[in-house]
Amino acid sequence: MSIALETTNLGKRYGFSRRWALRECALSLPAGRVAALVGPNGAGKTTLLQLAVGLLQPTEGKVRVFGHSPFEQQREVLPRVGFVAQGHPLYKGFSVADLLTMGRKLNPNWNQQVAVERLKAIDIPLNWRVGRLSGGQQAQVALALALAKQPDLMLLDEPLASLDPLARRNLLSVLMGATAERGLTVLLSSHIITDLERVCDYLILLSASHVQLAGDIDGIVRSHKWLLGPRTDTSAIASIHSIIQESHTNRQTRLLVRVNEHLFNASWEVHDAILEDIVLAYMGQTMSYDAPVEPPTLQRVRKETAL
Amino acid sequence: MIDFHLDEHSGVPPYLQIVQQVKQSLRLGMIGVGDRLPTVREVVERLVINPNTVLKAYRELEYEGLVSSRPGQGTFVLRTLALMSLSSHAFLRRGLVRWLQSAREAELDDESILALFNATLWDSRAAESEGRA
Repeated sequence: MSIALETTNLGKRYGFSRRWALRECALSLPAGRVAALVGPNGAGKTTLLQLAVGLLQPTEGKVRVFGHSPFEQQREVLPRVGFVAQGHPLYKGFSVADLLTMGRKLNPNWNQQVAVERLKAIDIPLNWRVGRLSGGQQAQVALALALAKQPDLMLLDEPLASLDPLARRNLLSVLMGATAERGLTVLLSSHIITDLERVCDYLILLSASHVQLAGDIDGIVRSHKWLLGPRTDTSAIASIHSIIQESHTNRQTRLLVRVNEHLFNASWEVHDAILEDIVLAYMGQTMSYDAPVEPPTLQRVRKETAL
Repeated sequence: MIDFHLDEHSGVPPYLQIVQQVKQSLRLGMIGVGDRLPTVREVVERLVINPNTVLKAYRELEYEGLVSSRPGQGTFVLRTLALMSLSSHAFLRRGLVRWLQSAREAELDDESILALFNATLWDSRAAESEGRA
């Protein structure tokens, strides 16, 4: 199984900031997967995607796309990667046809037919200015342009944000069709996992600038269980399984654990966990002790120098 | 051509829902030997699901000898499942009606009847698979 995206000890710190936007990131995304990159705002999702497409240079560690460095070996990496940035930015004054011309002239593997047919199928007139199109249509145009590059890895930063439910469905439908047809690897970010559950088979959970969880979604769901039982000390459980979340009433203890062996003490009632519970539990683990990293503001720089 | 739908609240994994729907179509005679199943691309575009989900369902059907995939052409039905004939259907139904009457006489409500039916079905399946092993 070849690896589409691999990072080792990858870290990024912006400018004078002392905070890391992303740190100790170790990932290995197998080719052919559709991966959800999930995490709260400011967790480092955009930073990771921009490192993967070579828009940013790592502060430390390595990122490899099909074995090449996106920042140093752009000639090898860029033709194989499609990238739809947050808010799917397009030149608003261009017509759709102008954008296609630009795409054709800038990309060696450009497939004009793919783009034209895709836009025709969703009734987007080529002579319209981009500014006249609805948000959903602009997202479709951005996706059509990225797919016409015929990439092997598709990166999408918050592609569903600001789209209505129908536009979301249409966009994901096109993306899944292309994935089935071309064996594409996809990495798309969102802060809502429920939007992505049906389309993704791999999860990368970022929180507080670190990867908290990464792997096959079926495997993740199978290996996490809710345990319900009379109120007890949890150290015995913690010595075998990893406790992700723990809550107590005066009578009862409720735990979300990552199971390392399948035997439980008979006093525990075992329940399956759903993906959303697992994701929220991991986010809750980190949110409490580390505030999200934001780009430095003038105010904060002043405060820091005053200290 | 058959069409699939997913029930997100059923608790049945999506790939299994596709497997069950193909089998149901075979049982009802909606598709027969030589018919082509929808392509993976058609299914994922319609249901907006991961392609691997459809591949897993089709692999399962292939493993059971119901379909075979021909590279570049599609997935085709190899054999059908026994059709439920209307006469045997009617006969079983009459038996069930009699059983339901006795259940009512024993003062079972709908929920208890369903629970009893499911538990018995479950037990008989377990006994069957034990017998096989």
